[in-house]
Amino acid sequence: MSPRVDAAPSRVRPVLEVTGLRKSYGDHVVLHDVDLTVHPHDVVCLIGASGSGKSTLLRCLNLLEDIDDGVIELDGREISDAGVDVRAVRSRIGMVFQAYNLFPHLSVLDNCTLAPRRVHGLPRAAAEERARALLERFGLADHAGQHPDRLSGGQQQRAALVRALCTEPTLLLLDEITAALDPELVGDVLRIVRDLAAAGTTMVLATHEMTFAREVATTVCFLHEGRILEQGPPEQIFTDPREERTRQFLRRVL
Amino acid sequence: MTPDPDPDPDPVPGRAAWSPSPRELERRRQRRRQRTRSLLVATAAVVVVFAGLGLAVVSSPGWPRVQALFFDWDHAQASFPEIRDRFWVNVKLFLLAEPVILLLALAVALARSSRAALLVPLRLIAVVYTDLFRGIPTILLILLLGFGMPALRLQGVPNSALFWAGVGLVLSYGAYVAEVFRAGIESIHPSQVASAEALGLSRGQTMRFVVVPQAVRRVVPPLLNDFVSLQKDTALVAVVGGFDAVFAARDYGNFNFNYTPYVVVAVFFVLLTVPLARLTDWLQRRYAERERAGAR
Repeated sequence: MSPRVDAAPSRVRPVLEVTGLRKSYGDHVVLHDVDLTVHPHDVVCLIGASGSGKSTLLRCLNLLEDIDDGVIELDGREISDAGVDVRAVRSRIGMVFQAYNLFPHLSVLDNCTLAPRRVHGLPRAAAEERARALLERFGLADHAGQHPDRLSGGQQQRAALVRALCTEPTLLLLDEITAALDPELVGDVLRIVRDLAAAGTTMVLATHEMTFAREVATTVCFLHEGRILEQGPPEQIFTDPREERTRQFLRRVL
Repeated sequence: MTPDPDPDPDPVPGRAAWSPSPRELERRRQRRRQRTRSLLVATAAVVVVFAGLGLAVVSSPGWPRVQALFFDWDHAQASFPEIRDRFWVNVKLFLLAEPVILLLALAVALARSSRAALLVPLRLIAVVYTDLFRGIPTILLILLLGFGMPALRLQGVPNSALFWAGVGLVLSYGAYVAEVFRAGIESIHPSQVASAEALGLSRGQTMRFVVVPQAVRRVVPPLLNDFVSLQKDTALVAVVGGFDAVFAARDYGNFNFNYTPYVVVAVFFVLLTVPLARLTDWLQRRYAERERAGAR
């Protein structure tokens, strides 16, 4: 059992605390009464079938979707308040999308320095230095000057990760970042996420890679029809799930 | 060997029973207050800006004179019937020129995007045509054609200045619209062509069934923009004596030394173009909803 799981007593203030989150599109309720607590250095993996609400939950956390009920707190401050400065919140949260969503008209380096320079007010030299260091670390140093379309899928996704990390976010949200990749490219991207997890980055990620989730997660949440049906340390969820639904799901995917 | 367990959704408890929490109700009130506030700010801004503009115009020293010369109700009434009747010339010109422009422009755009060796001369003609007619100011083209072509006394074609002015509009706008179509055709991703060709479609079929339908949809807003522009430019036929609404207004104005008829014509043109502008907005919205599924 990972020691970090036990190191989450109530005296440590959670990075993210979600209570009673509800999200619906018209009559269709996508998330029911979701509770989720993320402590510093936690890696929370959201698993579940397509359409179970994993992506919507991540989008709600980043305020890309208006929620219909509940409270989201980041570092003890409510961010689901209607009067909150949405941009200030997002500038502290990093997000990586399934389809990379790099800006095709900018070079990889410019993709990575856009937010640090325009949102965080970093001088160009400092922003580029930080971006280059991260690109180097993720094996993309040679591609800094290229436009995203020149890169392979795996390289693009790594560039998207660097772009998200360049703002030094408190919390990193990863939305099925390997789902659009060829199997042989998945490893490169997951290796980076593994490194980030080892370095103590706080992350919430939706994933279909069960072996990976089992390996890096401190907490695994199983979503079913918009509810977190079961959550716990990976050892428990993967070997001895409490819920029949979780067992069924794992039988299908493992 | 066990079959997939049936993932039947159990009746979700509490779905009907849900009612917003006090926090949510408070948030809704807060959102409502924000909406009310922005509505108030918008209203105030509109009132201040427009009242200010109106005041600036009315309080200018020459306003009484301008009012008598351009905004005279009696002259407006007197010139109205003639302008109304003559406005049909503009409308008819527009309605006739429009389809011709569309066909011409699409043909030119297709000729320019063709890659067949045999069609190279056609491609050259298309390039020269767009370069030439986009370069000539429309008013010059109408003057040249409207005065020059009737003088040739060609047999079998109409020899009125109005007809040739219309041809001038078609040629000028055809060149513009062709470029709009071409931009649309080139914006379709090569993967679409590849997948059409992979299905065994010929290049012509690929264009007709896959590329052009998508391209046209994509360029509808700029196309309608050009049409609004064309509606207004039908007024240019007045320069070669095409007896349209503008000509009628100028006639009246010169005779009575009052420019109110120009304002009357302007109102007619605005009334004609506004519906098309709204149609553009609506089409754009529908495109966004249907083909991008409201993605953000």
